[in-house]
This record gives sequence, C-alpha cells and structure tokens, in this order.
Amino acid sequence: MADNNTIKRTEQAELTPAAGVASYEQVQKEHKAYFNIVKKRYLWFALSALLLIPSIISLAVQGLNLGIDFTGGTMLDIQFNQKVTQAQITESLDSVGLTGQVQLSQEDTEALIRTEALDPEKRDALLASIKENAGEFDSEKLGEDLVGPAIGAELRTNAFKALIVATILILAYVTLRFRLIYAIGGIVALAHDILITLGIFSIFQWQVEAAFIAAILTVFGYSINDTVVIYDRMRENEKRLKKRDSYEDMVDKSVWQSMERSVKTSMTVLIALFAIFILGGASTKVFALAMIIGVTTGTYSSIFIASQIVVELRKRFRVNITKKEAQV
Amino acid sequence: MKRGNIIKLALTVILVTVAVFFSIQPLTNPDTGIPLGLDLRGGVHLVLQAEPDKDGNPVTEEDIDKAKAIIDQRVNSLGVAEPYIQADYDKKRIIVELAGIEDPDQAVNILRTTAKLTFRDAEGNILLDGTELKDAKAGVDTSGTRTDYVVHITFTPEGTKEFGQITTEYLGKQIGIYLDEERIQNPVVNTPILTGEGQIQGYSSLEEAAQYAILLRSGALPVSMSIAEKRQVGAQLGADSLSKSLDALLYAAVLILLFMVIVYRLPGMVADFSLVLFSLIVLWLLYAIGTVLTLPGIAGLVLSVGMAVDLNIIVYERIKEEIKLGKSLRAAVDAGFSRAFLTVLDSNITTLFAALALFLLGSSSIKGFAITLIIGIIASLFTAITFTRMLMRWIVGINPRMSKSLFGVRSDI
Repeated sequence: MADNNTIKRTEQAELTPAAGVASYEQVQKEHKAYFNIVKKRYLWFALSALLLIPSIISLAVQGLNLGIDFTGGTMLDIQFNQKVTQAQITESLDSVGLTGQVQLSQEDTEALIRTEALDPEKRDALLASIKENAGEFDSEKLGEDLVGPAIGAELRTNAFKALIVATILILAYVTLRFRLIYAIGGIVALAHDILITLGIFSIFQWQVEAAFIAAILTVFGYSINDTVVIYDRMRENEKRLKKRDSYEDMVDKSVWQSMERSVKTSMTVLIALFAIFILGGASTKVFALAMIIGVTTGTYSSIFIASQIVVELRKRFRVNITKKEAQV
Repeated sequence: MKRGNIIKLALTVILVTVAVFFSIQPLTNPDTGIPLGLDLRGGVHLVLQAEPDKDGNPVTEEDIDKAKAIIDQRVNSLGVAEPYIQADYDKKRIIVELAGIEDPDQAVNILRTTAKLTFRDAEGNILLDGTELKDAKAGVDTSGTRTDYVVHITFTPEGTKEFGQITTEYLGKQIGIYLDEERIQNPVVNTPILTGEGQIQGYSSLEEAAQYAILLRSGALPVSMSIAEKRQVGAQLGADSLSKSLDALLYAAVLILLFMVIVYRLPGMVADFSLVLFSLIVLWLLYAIGTVLTLPGIAGLVLSVGMAVDLNIIVYERIKEEIKLGKSLRAAVDAGFSRAFLTVLDSNITTLFAALALFLLGSSSIKGFAITLIIGIIASLFTAITFTRMLMRWIVGINPRMSKSLFGVRSDI
C-alpha cells in the first residue's frame, strides 16, 4: 500500500513532462562525424547549383521524354510465346502504315509498342499483323493503353494545378505555424528537389508516364515533411535563445539534433522504395526510381538547403525581423 | 503494478493477433473483400467522349443521360459483376470501368456501337424504327381504380401513321421494344394507337418508369461516342502485377520491421507491433469507404508504412535524447511522446496538404494513391499517439529501472 503511494506521487510529478535541453557542446560531442553545417553553407549552395544548372539546362533544351499518357497515343504490351525480333514488330507496324517505338524485354519475349492513338479497326489490324509476323501471343497478358490527345493535355494541366495548390497550401501553413522565411526556405528546398528529380529524368531521357506525377507529388510531400521536422527543432530551440546566443549555432545544433532521425527515416523509406524498384512491375519501377532520387535530394535539401536559407535570409533581413519581433 | 502491466500487454498482443486472424478472410475475399482495381485483376477502363452530331449541334446533358442509360443497359447484358459507370457532364464523357471481364475486346466493341431502338414482332421482324419515336416520359395514371406508373410515348407524324397501323394489326398481341439486339420491353397492345400518343403500363414505381423512358428516348437520339482513353489489362497481366506488388510489399515490410528491432530494440518491437495494428486500421478503413485497391494505391500504402515508421523514429529519437539528458525512462517516454507529437503533427499536416491536392486534382489512378496516403497518415497519427504510447507506458511501468540499453541507448552515456 505504501509502495503504491510513492509510485503515484512520482507519476503526478511527471504528468507534464518538460522536454529536456541539451547544450550545443553536448550535441557536438554526441555525433562522431560532427562538422559545422551552417558555416559551410555556401559550399552546400554551390553543390546544389552544380546539380541544378545541368538539370535546368537539360529541361530547357531537351525537356522530358513524355510518354503517351501526356502526349496521347497507344501503347501495347504484348507477351509472346516465343522470342521475337525488333524487325518483325516494325514490319507489322509498317504493314498497317504506322510508325512507332518498339522496346523488347524479358529475353525478347515481351514487346512494348508505342504509336499514335489507334482507332479500334487499326488496332485490330495491327494485332493481326503482329500475330502473322511475330507469332502467337498471350491475349490474357495483353496490356493496352490508349490516350486521346485531349486527355493527355488534361493530365498535364491537372498535375500542374495540383502542384500549385499544394505549394500555396504548404506555404500558407508553414508561414502560419513558423514564419515566412521558414516557408520560403521550405519552398526553395522543394523546388530544388523537384528540379533535380525532373532534371535527372530529362538528362537520361527516361520516359515518364502518369505514375511519374504521383512520384513527383509524393517527393513534394516527403521533402516538406522532412524539412518541417528540422524547422520544428529550430522553433523549439529558438524559444530558448538568449540575446547573446548565435542564431547560426542554434540552427547548427537543431540540424544535428534531427540528424539521426533524418538518416534513419530516409533509410526506411529507401528500403521500401528499393523493394518496389527491384520487385515491382515496369510501371511501378519508374515511380520508385523517381522517388528514390527525390527522397535522397529531399533528405539532403532539408539538412543542407532549407534551414541554411533561413539562416541566410535572416542574416540579410535581420533588421526587419528584429523590428517585427520588437513589435510583437 | 508490474504484473498488471504484463497481463495488459499480453492481453493486447492476444487481442491484436485475434483481430488479424479474423480480418484476413473478410478483407482478402475476392468477392466481398477489398475490391481490386482492373490493373490488378484485368479489365478495361474506358473514357467515351460524346461528339456533336453532323450538324454541329452541341451535346446536351440529356444526351449524356441517354448515352449513359444505353451503356448501363449494355454493360448489364455483359454480365460484369460490379461495373462502374459515371457521367461527366462538364466534359461530355462517360467513364466505364469493367474489372475482371473475360473478353475486354468484345466489351469495347459492344459499348461503342450506336444504340438503335426498334419495335419488332414476336418473330423479331422490325416493324418500326425508333427514330420515329419523338418522346418518352414517365408519369402516373390515376384514371383507373389504382395508381399506375406509366411511360407516355409520342411519335412523329410519320411514326403516328405507321404505329397506328401496327397497333391495329397487332391488337392483343405483344410488340417487342428492342435496344440494338436486346428486348427491353414486351408490352401487349390493348388499344390501337392512332393519335400518335400512347402509354406503356405496368411499372412498379415511378423510378422504374423513368428509367425505361430514358432507354426509349435514347434509341431515338443516339450520340456518337469516340474513345478518348482506354486502359486494357489482360487478366493474367493483372494477376502478375498483383503478385509482384505483394512481393514488394512483403519484402519492404519485413526489412522495415527488422530495421526497427535492430536499431531500437524493445521500443522497436513495440513499433513493429503497432505497425500491425496500423495496417489493420488502414485496410479496414479502405474496406469501409469502398476504395478499390490499385497499383498506385499499393504504392501509397508502402509510402504510408514509411510515414508511420518515421513517426515512431521521431518519437524514439526524442526519447533517447531525453534519456541521455538523465531523465528516468518513464519521464523520457512521456516527454518524448508529447514533444514529438507537435513535430509529427506539423510535418504530417504539410504532407496531408500535398495528398489532398493530389486527391482533388489528380486523375483517377492518382486519386487511388492519394486516398491510401491520406488514410495512412491519419491512421499512423492515431496509432502512434494512442496505441504505441499506451504500450510504451505499460512497458516502462513494468520496471522503471530496466536497462536503458533495451531502448537502444548506449549504457556508457
């Protein structure tokens, strides 16, 4: 009975748990690989520029290799009962007056054919010709996508709209919960991640379909999530900031305090993505690849870009902020 | 205290295990479980665009209604289990989804052909073409002894003459009304209709009468439909995709579960156990709102598992920090959860915004991804702040002085 009482008292005392405060020195000592991230911020900006510039140039010059989901067209996925050759399929396309791309996989037993949007008559004629030229295929495993040009254009505008709406919502929320400079840092980091992901797809001219949009928007959600976790730490530490304390040191401390979480979370997400990439079907592969690139840059940008931009913006516009704060 | 907590923990483990056991069958049953999208079981997705007629008259909402009625009728004749047919009045389209259909080619051909309404005799010989039918409207006839639901039909001047002759000739006999080759009505002629206005009786409700009225009208004014989008997946191809993505899901899950136990030891096991409950909640929610599981949907699931794990990582890292600062386990757990809750709330709400934008503006396949992500985020927040927190409190309650290395904290600190 007496025992119970003591336990209850301790419980009461700890009902409102105050979060602990580690000193900057403690945080530095804890991480074996510690280095000052904030002081080297121009190095990170340069590193990002190194990735961003070729990405932007490639996007401007050759753009993305858009698949039929965006441009309109027909895509046939045919699994044959035997090996086929590129020539056999091209010949079939020729015989019905079509041109298109042919891609063989699965040891030349599967063909992916991309051509203009086919009406049902033309489609049937093409399939008949393929059967004649290249041999029997499994109709149970036939995949076909037909996208009219109007639908393709809609997909592009809708994706663009979704991106704009998401950006505005996130900008508003982060400004509300943190500050405008935080929101700007977050959006710059987002643009950074998306441009690099798009850029890499553009440089290598990997074909993108509708699933790619979902991947880009997920990167969008993931990257801002990652950034906000670090922002949250900065917000918490900023409250305890005394007048003499350096803002830069506070940010550096916050970034390092979130480091283990950032690394571990990225690892779990990457585990899941690699599983999809290796085991998933062709359409999910592109999705996983875009996500792998996006998650990697997203983790990088939340540590090395977003919070560093906040530092930089604060330094440049310090007067304004202190004035504002004085008013509040 | 000690024993109480152990019993509570044991009971929870048993309860969740039983819940898993009893959930497998209802959720995975191919007929009554979570329905699979056509990309996972084969089928065809069609977007049919209504085109203006030769004279350039615009397509009206009524035209779309008629076209949808015809397509409904034809899909029913195909015998597809749960067809999805939706009219998009803004874009003048009809979206048809037929999952699990045996012969998609045939289905597409049947749906595309223009509907034709005809009146035929018992042998199937065409007596009158449907183009002579001017209008058909549902109504209520109260002239008799009881209320009767009817469809009023009106003919063109030419049709009036012909229909008058036909009804005179076939008085007392049946006249079949056909939409294409299918007989949709087979009324008996009671009186010769010479004025060009008659009624078909014998419907059980006004709704039923209205439905037939649409069908009758549709034959009179067919809209030509072109295929704006078609996604066709062979049944075997769908099955292959399903097994591939289930494999990916399984490997991802096992690797993540292992990762958590290796990195976080005891709390890692708690997180893994919570993930089981999280998955159950997500799947039951998907089932409850009738979501069709598609390939992008599975990707959304994998991602939300990642998000759920992240939530635990944020909390546990915080707990570790608090322990390192010298707090007792119990205080560290409480502080970790309450402080980390703020973090995950902000970070998850921002992700939720992205998912919401996707849901509102994305195409149908992207919507499937967004919905699983949205449900996943909400379910992971819920499980982490209620279930995981409760389990962790019970565990530290068993022995407040248990080794901190069980929490993945090196004992030298």
